[in-house]
Amino acid sequence: MNAPAYNFAYLDEQTKRMIRRAILKAIAIPGYQVPFASREMPMPYGWGTGGVQVTAAILGPQDVLKVIDQGSDDTTNAISIRKFFAKTAGVATTTATEEATVIQTRHRIPEAALSESQVLVYQVPIPEPLRFLEPRETETRRMHALAEYGLMHVKLYEDIARFGHIATAYAYPVKVNARYVMDPSPTPKFDNPKMDNCPALQLFGAGREKRIYAIPPYTQVVSLDFEDHPFEPYRFNAPCALCGAEDSYLDEIVTDDKGSRMFVCSDTDYCEGRQAAGHHGSLSGAPYKEKAQGGTNG
Amino acid sequence: MADPDLRENDEPLLVATSLSKSFGRIAACRDVSFALYPGEVLAIVGESGSGKSTLLQLLSGQLAPSAGHVAYRMRDGVTRDLTTLGEAERRFLFRTDWGFVHQDPAQGLRMAVSAGANVGERLMAVGWNHYGRIRDTASDWLTRVEIDIARIDDAPRTYSGGMRQRLQIARNLVTEPRLVFMDEPTGGLDVSVQARLLDLLRGLVAELHLAVIIVTHDLAVARLLSHRVMVMKGGRVIETGLTDQVLDDPREPYTQLLVSSILPP
Repeated sequence: MNAPAYNFAYLDEQTKRMIRRAILKAIAIPGYQVPFASREMPMPYGWGTGGVQVTAAILGPQDVLKVIDQGSDDTTNAISIRKFFAKTAGVATTTATEEATVIQTRHRIPEAALSESQVLVYQVPIPEPLRFLEPRETETRRMHALAEYGLMHVKLYEDIARFGHIATAYAYPVKVNARYVMDPSPTPKFDNPKMDNCPALQLFGAGREKRIYAIPPYTQVVSLDFEDHPFEPYRFNAPCALCGAEDSYLDEIVTDDKGSRMFVCSDTDYCEGRQAAGHHGSLSGAPYKEKAQGGTNG
Repeated sequence: MADPDLRENDEPLLVATSLSKSFGRIAACRDVSFALYPGEVLAIVGESGSGKSTLLQLLSGQLAPSAGHVAYRMRDGVTRDLTTLGEAERRFLFRTDWGFVHQDPAQGLRMAVSAGANVGERLMAVGWNHYGRIRDTASDWLTRVEIDIARIDDAPRTYSGGMRQRLQIARNLVTEPRLVFMDEPTGGLDVSVQARLLDLLRGLVAELHLAVIIVTHDLAVARLLSHRVMVMKGGRVIETGLTDQVLDDPREPYTQLLVSSILPP
């Protein structure tokens, strides 16, 4: 890294200024999708090109970066993006939520409470919450402009009519600052309450769709619902098998082909922190590692 | 009926004054004036290309007139010029006090969402937030337009043509509009289904005291539904009057031609 081939954090300064202007506008109008001149990034669409551009635009040399994918710090997507910025910006990286100043995320909000000194950057595939009900972009923009959001309830109505309850489990629509209806990116609806009145700045970047939107700190975020079918965050009814947490969002992991499964925290940092602090779940003590060493046919 | 209602019926609901619309050199609509009163059904008849549909779009504020204007008496009793309404107000009017029944139900319905949601959409758009009540109202309306309640959760693309058209009507009437625009509502339906639909419409119009502007080339529809008829040709209104008067005793040669082209029953 003696002679970096790229500008700090990959993007050139003009591009960063353009993205920062879009971010400022997005913060000024909470929940409003600001168009921006999204750039080609050295990764495919769907891998977080929007989030990466937002992160590149806000990153400073003193920042500490954490990247999570579905809550996990150690999946391909998270590792690749973390390495990308370690290489192009030389910033410190971490997996600990508390230590990070910028957290880029795909589909989760960390379990640990966020603080005012942190920025959460979401990777967004489809920013338009009305898209699957109204295919015309001109029409959805007009609906946002006039705050015509009856259609959003049509989707929830359909859920109840079909399944008896609001079956939308992720990308659950929210109303930001009592004005714009926003797609919180495909986070599970378990995370929706964390967006409300959050001390951290939340930025959303959609690279393919060329949109940036934001939730400023301490902004009201309300999940849409019906009076007789109120919003309920969903969680598997089980403790984490590794750390015993009763309050975290769980991933279901199939462990064999006979229907066995285990539930573990989706937030790996949170789970490891709890295990280090002495919490145990029903399957903790890493039984699989021991078996692999002592097993007969590996 | 109470006195205020009577007085209200004395004032026109919608007044068109010398409406004209030209597309380049083609004048699609020339100098059309009329007044529509609450509860009145007006049929606009004429052949294809006579300017009927353009007129309907002008009246419903979807097209801006080249000259003239349309005034509408809002629910609060204030008469407003449609061109001075903001887009938000006009769209609100369209969701609440007006209905628009398209010839092709696919244009007026959301084909991929259930019938119940189709009917409920307008209610949700004006802020209804109680699933049970929305569903009850939707079921009620499906019954009124003679759609089996068991099909409330089916999407209209599984419906027959006649059912789709009835669903479209229910979807429009659920907010109890005072004025409904209809563009060839029976087009593309076979005669027995047409007859049932007309019967239903006639009942609903009378029951709900609806004002209707119906565009049709089918004089039988005009005869069954409307109180007054306007005959259009080449963008102009050439004859207007009570339905039976115009259809049984046409004055203009073109109207005579139109009436005589109906096959005798």
